Amino acid sequence: MLRMMQSLGRAMLDSLRDLAPIILVIGFFQTVVLQQPVPNLLELVFGTLLVVVGLTFFVFGLELGLFPIGESMAKAFAQKGSVLWLLLFAFALGFGTTVAEPALIAVSGEAAEVAASGGMIEDTESAKRYYANGLRVTVAISVGFAIVLGVFRILKGWPIQYFIIAGYVLVVMMTMFAPESIIGIAYDSGGVTTSTITVPLVTALGVGLASSIKGRNPMVDGFGLIAFASLTPMIFVMGYGMVMH
Amino acid sequence: MSFLQHFFGTLLATLRDVVPIAVIIFGFQFLVLRRPIPRLRRVLIGFAYVLVGLALFLEGLEQALFPLGRLMAEQLTHPDFIVGSIGQVVVDPHWSHYYWVYVFAFAIGFSTTVAEPSLIAVAIKANQVSGGAIGVWGLRMAVALGVAIGISLGTFRIVTGYPLHYFIIAGYIVVVIQTYFAPKMIVPLAYDSGGVTTSTVTVPLVAALGLGLAETVPGRSPLFDGFGLIAFASLFPIMTVMAYAKLSEYRALKAQRLGQESGVQDNPSDQED
Repeated sequence: MLRMMQSLGRAMLDSLRDLAPIILVIGFFQTVVLQQPVPNLLELVFGTLLVVVGLTFFVFGLELGLFPIGESMAKAFAQKGSVLWLLLFAFALGFGTTVAEPALIAVSGEAAEVAASGGMIEDTESAKRYYANGLRVTVAISVGFAIVLGVFRILKGWPIQYFIIAGYVLVVMMTMFAPESIIGIAYDSGGVTTSTITVPLVTALGVGLASSIKGRNPMVDGFGLIAFASLTPMIFVMGYGMVMH
Repeated sequence: MSFLQHFFGTLLATLRDVVPIAVIIFGFQFLVLRRPIPRLRRVLIGFAYVLVGLALFLEGLEQALFPLGRLMAEQLTHPDFIVGSIGQVVVDPHWSHYYWVYVFAFAIGFSTTVAEPSLIAVAIKANQVSGGAIGVWGLRMAVALGVAIGISLGTFRIVTGYPLHYFIIAGYIVVVIQTYFAPKMIVPLAYDSGGVTTSTVTVPLVAALGLGLAETVPGRSPLFDGFGLIAFASLFPIMTVMAYAKLSEYRALKAQRLGQESGVQDNPSDQED
């Protein structure tokens, strides 16, 4: 019980530290540069408190339940020897962790809002939810695909830059064909996907895999999964845009 | 009361969001690995915390982070503020009149990145991989500068309305050229550093800032110009990290060469022996 309180307290400190620079910078600009009254200050403070408490619980819950089991599963699959199951698990891991990523939920909701007010989709609750969910699932599938590709690369030991450069070429080609209104969201979705849940679990899989294969350096071959995971969403979301419009 | 009602709705939506993870984990554990879950009670409590935490976070996001990003964009681009900061009335503001926007974007990018825990972990690993050639502090500064320049340039793009893909494609070309010359071991790490830098708190705030700017700057539309800041924030660290690695390599080489030269000059007698 005491141990739990301690780690809850640590999680709280971590989320405060995440938020502190933002509060400092905005506070500085508000008091020194802008010098204007802030509307709804009370609501903002209350919302900020919710963010701190929410992030604390979220990270604490991840560390308590999800991370240990995710890591042990990643190790078990890395050592099991069946390539097919390993690749299936890699896809499921990428998909499952991305679909619940808080930043992605937030940004896809915002994207639906913008698309509705821009007249791209109907301005109804259900149309917006459909669009936002479609976006999220597209990004999640693309991250699953990225992890599969990244795991395959670690198994084969191919150099990463060829994949990245090929990915860049694909992004540029898709940009020429995709509707202009989707390009910004597509480019952003690469950076949105990889935050709280995905990074630790995916890194555990990569490093566990690289250290269970002979002749691979976990430090060098273990990295690179995240890079794939931030490249494929751009390609897939542009594809989603082409299908939707 | 209405808050509780709204929160309950968010909680239900969150439940739907988290179900896929639960299905995947339990499915693989029972059907493929065929093992019971170790410490099941702990895992279930963890899931409950994840659920409540995510719901609270999303609620707070809607009430604080999104409005804050929008508010900053609105106030920094307000005609009265522009007049105050450049000291004259302008009818059609030039992009340079928005300089406080760029300063704010730079400050947010730099400050949120330099304290990012996942970046610190990556920097320590990079230090070990390179055998100490790449400093922990140096790498953190390189990434933070990359994010700051990225977001700053991104706001400049929103203000001017230039097409996003020109910037990104130009960035890709620079990255490809740098990859060719950078020390080989840093390449995967540099590519990863683009993805790890943008934290859960930063992403929504920066996204709202971009959308807010596109709404308030005359002639811009959120649909075409509002997004793209996060793309900049994940591209520029790749460049700065590779540049920093190249610089450290060059410095180490130079120091080595200097050391050898001075060694020859200082101790001629040693060589005779």
